[in-house]
Amino acid sequence: MSKSIGERGYTKADVLVSTDWVEQHLKDKDVRIAESNEDPLLYSSNHIPGAVEIDWTRDLNDPVRRDYLGRIAFEKLMRRVGATRDTTIVLYGDKNNWWATYAFWLLQLFGHENAKIMDGGRLKWIKENKPVTRDVPKYQPSNYHAPERDDTKFRAFRDQTLKHLERKLPMIDVRSPEEYRGERLHMPDYPNEGALRGGHIPGALNVPWARAVNTDDGTFKDAADLRKIYSEENKLRPEDDVITYCRIGERSSHTWFVLRYLLGFPKVRNYDGSWTEWGNLVQAPVENPSAEARDEAAA
Amino acid sequence: MKPLPDRLESLLTTLETLDRGDRIQMLIELADQFSPVPPRIAQRPFAADHRVPGCESEAYVWAEPHPSGGLDYYFAVENPQGISAMALAGILGTSLSGAALDEVATVPADVIFRIFGRELSMGKSLGLMGMVNMVRAAARQQQQAAATGK
Repeated sequence: MSKSIGERGYTKADVLVSTDWVEQHLKDKDVRIAESNEDPLLYSSNHIPGAVEIDWTRDLNDPVRRDYLGRIAFEKLMRRVGATRDTTIVLYGDKNNWWATYAFWLLQLFGHENAKIMDGGRLKWIKENKPVTRDVPKYQPSNYHAPERDDTKFRAFRDQTLKHLERKLPMIDVRSPEEYRGERLHMPDYPNEGALRGGHIPGALNVPWARAVNTDDGTFKDAADLRKIYSEENKLRPEDDVITYCRIGERSSHTWFVLRYLLGFPKVRNYDGSWTEWGNLVQAPVENPSAEARDEAAA
Repeated sequence: MKPLPDRLESLLTTLETLDRGDRIQMLIELADQFSPVPPRIAQRPFAADHRVPGCESEAYVWAEPHPSGGLDYYFAVENPQGISAMALAGILGTSLSGAALDEVATVPADVIFRIFGRELSMGKSLGLMGMVNMVRAAARQQQQAAATGK
């Protein structure tokens, strides 16, 4: 029997809710359940009754330039799903909540702190044979007012990342070891995409994001196991100033969530430009063990 | 540029007349109707050389000769959450089986954007394109085999 969320030793356990908790709050008017997936058909194929969809491409990204939605668009989104600043927004989704944590991270840029992740995500809910529906709910539009997006606390840009590198502060590359080593420019089972150079930001640690998740049910590992990974193996300390990155900032938002909320690292930022920006930047410092090994062999 | 096989073009034309919500509903219906590869063609564990490279939904593709001279295409999608892959498998199986090999071999991989729209993640879109490419490769191999008499 797995431990309950409260027994797992997280610094901020109330940021996670169980599938049972969600089932008990399906009709709670103060709770808005939101599904966020990579697969655009999944929500429509079925979802938790009452859940709205937050689509990461249509809803969360600026449609023209590479950036996230601004305040007006965020307010429009929240009003559409009938959420107020006091609504508890519970996010869940496919791929071990990878996209749900991405949406969660974005909510934090607008200061919507009353947000939670459903532990285990969509797959756990389905495996437990909990109710699903194809009915799309309609909520009375709210009058949500958001502050301007604050990119200073949880988001890192390339110049900040470069300074972080120069100061030799810790960074975590959460991509696969093959991507980190420069053997491929994309995650396993994904075709090549998006960057002219392979490798990683010099000095970055490689801790693949999915190590934080139990493979059997997609739930987060307990705090002791997470500390083994991040603190014992990789020598990170809670007082460290940490930047996480991946390919476009989606997988690294998962690790950002783990470090900030489950392990209580107060100063963690997600570099969402990630490798699709850094790997294309002219003269950006890169470590590529794979290429270096090839050069040595050729010498 | 070669025309698309008639059945595929017809389906795409239908999809393009639909708004996003109706298109998604139609694609989900196609995913619901998807029939995986019959046991006479392949049984688990499926051979790795039939697995679509780059497809996170663990899609597999097989082909066998069709009396028309073309091929029949069969698919498996092992990830039960792989709804888009199932929809695409259903579309490719029904619209390309029996079609002329030269038409199948030149179906552009980015046809997936006409099916699903542009709002796909890069990883998802490239995975789905991998399915199309696998079908195209089977058609090309069959063309080459026919040309060399093997």
